Amino acid sequence: MKALRSFIDGIKPKFEKGGKYHFLHSTFDAFETFLYVPDTVTTKGAHVRDAIDLKRTMSVVVMALVPALLFGMWNVGFQHFLSIGTQVSFWEVFWFGFFKVLPIVVVSYVVGLGIEFVAAQIRGHEVNEGFLVTGMLIPLVMPADVPLWMVTLATAFAVIIGKEVFGGTGMNVFNPALLARAFVFFAYPSYISGDKIWIAGLNKGEGIVDGFSGATPLAKAAAGERFSSMQVWDMFAGFIPGSIGETSTIAILLGAALLIITGVGSWRIMVSVVAGGLCTGLLFNAVGANAYMQLPAYCHLIMGGFAFGAVFMATDPVSAAQTNTAKWIYGFLIGVLAVIIRVVGGFPEGMMLAILFMNAFAPLIDYCVVQSHISRRLKRAAAAQKAA
Amino acid sequence: MSNEKEPLFSTKNLKLFTAPLNKVNPITVLVLGICSALAVTVKLEYAVVMALSVTVVTAFSNLVISLIRNTIPNRIRIIVQLVIVAALVILVDQILQAFTYDVSKQLSVFVGLIITNCIVMGRIEAFALGNKPWASFIDGLGNGFGYGLILAILGFVRELFGSGAIWGYQVVPKSFYISEGGFYENNGFIILPPMALILVGIIIWVQRSRNKSLIEKV
Repeated sequence: MKALRSFIDGIKPKFEKGGKYHFLHSTFDAFETFLYVPDTVTTKGAHVRDAIDLKRTMSVVVMALVPALLFGMWNVGFQHFLSIGTQVSFWEVFWFGFFKVLPIVVVSYVVGLGIEFVAAQIRGHEVNEGFLVTGMLIPLVMPADVPLWMVTLATAFAVIIGKEVFGGTGMNVFNPALLARAFVFFAYPSYISGDKIWIAGLNKGEGIVDGFSGATPLAKAAAGERFSSMQVWDMFAGFIPGSIGETSTIAILLGAALLIITGVGSWRIMVSVVAGGLCTGLLFNAVGANAYMQLPAYCHLIMGGFAFGAVFMATDPVSAAQTNTAKWIYGFLIGVLAVIIRVVGGFPEGMMLAILFMNAFAPLIDYCVVQSHISRRLKRAAAAQKAA
Repeated sequence: MSNEKEPLFSTKNLKLFTAPLNKVNPITVLVLGICSALAVTVKLEYAVVMALSVTVVTAFSNLVISLIRNTIPNRIRIIVQLVIVAALVILVDQILQAFTYDVSKQLSVFVGLIITNCIVMGRIEAFALGNKPWASFIDGLGNGFGYGLILAILGFVRELFGSGAIWGYQVVPKSFYISEGGFYENNGFIILPPMALILVGIIIWVQRSRNKSLIEKV
């Protein structure tokens, strides 16, 4: 470790102003701060000074994603072997999924970080840390069989159009990972929605067992099917087809616990998204006009991408609302919209669209909250003046 | 007003023609006529036909208005302009229906909506009412082509990536498609209007980074 540090210190002057490789200083800075906590603190602006670098914050989120990622890898293999009706050992299942998921992760990171480094270098910025998380989120919201060049295009779209044109990390209006998914969703709909794409190999029709449908719980619910308690447990534990990282509510809850304990993710948003989804679900239960409306409200929380979106997507510190009151409103409306889109909308899954939609409204909600705060304080001050 | 005769293609007139192609482009700089630019550029052919229609209407309405500009009562000028523009649009629409029926059906209401195209009214109000007929005609042509240039770029990109074709001819080999055992798939997003808006944004981005004088001072 010491040798590495002294090596970095040794080559550092070459990248500083006037040095030989100054044009690469962003790249150097990115690697140095990736390896070591930097010794510089923010000097400008009204910030709370803290020793933690943004990279460390992002690392916590990546750690929180690990349970969902590992379970997702295993589940990709599990669903595949289930569909072809073969019994294999645990590790065989895991390695099958591992080699399905790994290329998507690699492509997402290489493309996204490549663009980030180039953009930072052109602008003379530090390389933005945000992509460490985005690069992990993108594979987790993709189906296992998605062609890699689509991941490449979607990542490039999300980073360039979703982030860099607004000024980079911290400036983006929309959650970049969800933009990548939205890009695939609208550009290549047959590769990210429908019944057959959620299980590796199913699309090509590799020796499927008779009677195996591969339909996701969302598709079943839309078809009016009732879930047995066994199926509900499967949905909670994650033994269902779906995007790579979204199936297991248990794994996501582990991540949520880490995010809340470390204070990195906003518990207000998570709680309010769940509350919004539950309330809307119950409201639909009360109406009960068709089978989907009669679906127990809690089912909405464990189907599809609801839990994943609530914990990892809605809480994105950049695109979410900033003030505490606004976070409650923002989260609640995400839950409401997601369930409405599912039950009465034209799309099978509403979480992605609900979050992107509320991303656009987050600044407005913040503005209203701040304005009402100001007017309340002014009124109080005026009343105090009158009394005095 | 001076009496000396100005040559038909003087530098001033040429500038009227070339400026809208880049520095004061109706779409990318003035941000006019966006709706039709998003709606009709799914295929290059539609984009070009639409661009020609708008060019004809802009040029001739500019010409006519400029000819009668001194007789139009100021208070009812908008009505008079609308009547002339509408007449020209109906003419264009009838010609399209007669000679290019399929394209005309695809363009549907957007030909009729040229009447409300901001570029047409904008050029009449801003230019034709105060300038001589020939200069107005050139200005109309220039703005029409400036609009057409962006439409053609959009139509080209959207048709190439959205349908794998250019002017209706398949250029992406059929064997590339996944359904034929290949790896490629057409991009469905680029067919949707939001992506066209993003493409317009990218064109604006490129134009501004090439021409720094367009960037507003903050």
